[in-house]
Amino acid sequence: MSQSAPVAADERVKSEPFLTKLMKRPELGAMAGVILVFIFFAITADASMFTLAGVMNFMTPAAQLGILAIGAALLMIGGEFDLSIGSMVAFSGLFFGVCVVTWQLPLMAAIPMTFVFAAMVGAVNGNIVIRSGLPSFIVTLAFLFILRGLSLVGLKMATGGSTQLRGVRDATENDWLAPFFAGEAFGGLFSWLAANGLIDTFKSGAPKVPGIPVEILWFIALALVATYVLLRTPAGNWIFASGGDRIAASNSGVPVNRVKVSLFMLTACCAALVAIITVMDAGSTDARRGFQKEFEAIIAAVIGGCLLTGGYGSAIGAFFGSIIFGMVVIGLTYTDFDQDWFQVFLGAMLLIAVLFNNAIRKRVTGER
Amino acid sequence: MTEDTKFHHGDATDAAPIVEMKNIEKHFGNIIALAGVSFDVKPGECHCLLGDNGAGKSTFIKTMSGVHKPTKGEIFFEGKPLHFDTPRDAMEAGIATVFQDLAMIPLMSVTRNFFMGREPTKGKGLLKRFDVDTANEVCMEEMRNMGINLRGPDQAVGTLSGGERQTVAIARAVYFGAKILILDEPTSALGVRQTSNVLATIDKVRSQGVGVVFISHNVRHALAVGDRFTVLNRGKTLGTAKRGEITPEQLQDLMAGGQEMAELEGSLGGTV
Repeated sequence: MSQSAPVAADERVKSEPFLTKLMKRPELGAMAGVILVFIFFAITADASMFTLAGVMNFMTPAAQLGILAIGAALLMIGGEFDLSIGSMVAFSGLFFGVCVVTWQLPLMAAIPMTFVFAAMVGAVNGNIVIRSGLPSFIVTLAFLFILRGLSLVGLKMATGGSTQLRGVRDATENDWLAPFFAGEAFGGLFSWLAANGLIDTFKSGAPKVPGIPVEILWFIALALVATYVLLRTPAGNWIFASGGDRIAASNSGVPVNRVKVSLFMLTACCAALVAIITVMDAGSTDARRGFQKEFEAIIAAVIGGCLLTGGYGSAIGAFFGSIIFGMVVIGLTYTDFDQDWFQVFLGAMLLIAVLFNNAIRKRVTGER
Repeated sequence: MTEDTKFHHGDATDAAPIVEMKNIEKHFGNIIALAGVSFDVKPGECHCLLGDNGAGKSTFIKTMSGVHKPTKGEIFFEGKPLHFDTPRDAMEAGIATVFQDLAMIPLMSVTRNFFMGREPTKGKGLLKRFDVDTANEVCMEEMRNMGINLRGPDQAVGTLSGGERQTVAIARAVYFGAKILILDEPTSALGVRQTSNVLATIDKVRSQGVGVVFISHNVRHALAVGDRFTVLNRGKTLGTAKRGEITPEQLQDLMAGGQEMAELEGSLGGTV
């Protein structure tokens, strides 16, 4: 057209203040939440909450939830839900336990097998959702019960009547892969820091914090990788597009079905990772593992800015959402409050987050 | 044709058609949406597909762009028989469609929409990534060429007006080297000025040798840029006319199914 060259400013566009720009980031709510919760506990909680030991203390449950929440967030951005992740933790925990204890497999075989197994269940979930066109809410709600039930039945079959399978620690203790999935990393560094008086020690001279629990490292790595994939790869664009409008995306050549099934598989694998880490940590697996985690993971993702309708959200948001969780769950024990306030907090936080996200979406799309 | 327009009209009639569709039928269950439609597009022409609501225009172009598979009939692309399994196949062959619903995602930025499904990448193997800088640059540049100044490449499509969204969609198709550009009622929701912008864009695209399929139910818009006109009615072709062989009134009558329209028009004093 004719008026190509000059980049004249459009007189109808108001310049945006920095704050408005910031308001448009999906993860803003969760970051603000972290700061608020931090201030709250800085005032009310015992000072030991924010020592190195205290931080590790609340980061560990945050990480276990966060690994699930990041998977859930990607799936939600892709426009689907998975209510079966909590049960999936128990189910893949059972599978992993049977591999290690009953079949005596080394971790090098058991871990990949668990992931493949979880991915297959995720693929079944995804394919039913895609092929039937049913809401993923219903399909995965069915799997919430199916997988939990199978875990119970399977555990009884594997143990001869008990709902707990023990002996994982004995079977994995000396495996060379174990340090990647259990215990603490960077033990040497922490001992060195302790020896040089840089961190708190017990009277014996051993550091109070022997290292960084491995799940925290997995959690951080997963958040970084997920953010990179979302923002800087074609696959990320496909995830946003599939969740934003599946017809528009598929008309533009995005392989929507493949994207969605892969996301279901990824969420299931996140559940398997949490299962492997927590089972090795506890030394046993039981049928209640991951109970209600699906809701907590989705809440963390929503606090992190994911829209329930898909197409919008961030992995970093889910990262901070999970940290809020960990801080509150553990933080309440450092205060004089009754621990059961946690549930009240959970619901309130979800409600505020959804209201907040709605307002943000209107801003982004300029809805009138 | 009595009124002439400012657009140059190509004499592309001798060239071999890029796409030729013969006796296409499409059934949805017991509904016969298309009952034998033949249509072809030559390079550098604008072939208008006209028809009233429910005539089968949208079904037909969805067949052309690989969304639907024809129940019967043949499609030839550059002389060879071909069938598309997915829209992606059609797109890779060079058939780009700007759908009525625009295939745009309001929550996503203009750049992300522009490159949706065809993201430029850099790096290799595991480091292969979405080249955001190039994408932003290209997107801003293409939009500027179309006369739209974006606030920034990260502006969400939801904040654009209907005409601007249309332009993004056309610019996207042209940028990706379409040989055939299918526009599904691109002017139906636009204001006067934005309509003439879109028509001018069609003219520009045609002069680059792209075959344009312009679907409309507005005779005036079609006559402004069209080289040939095919009218669809109740799933069938009522014939194809070249520019100059047909008057607006005749086209209007064909589209509406003739008789009743003449009566209606009489009662409205010839204003339709």
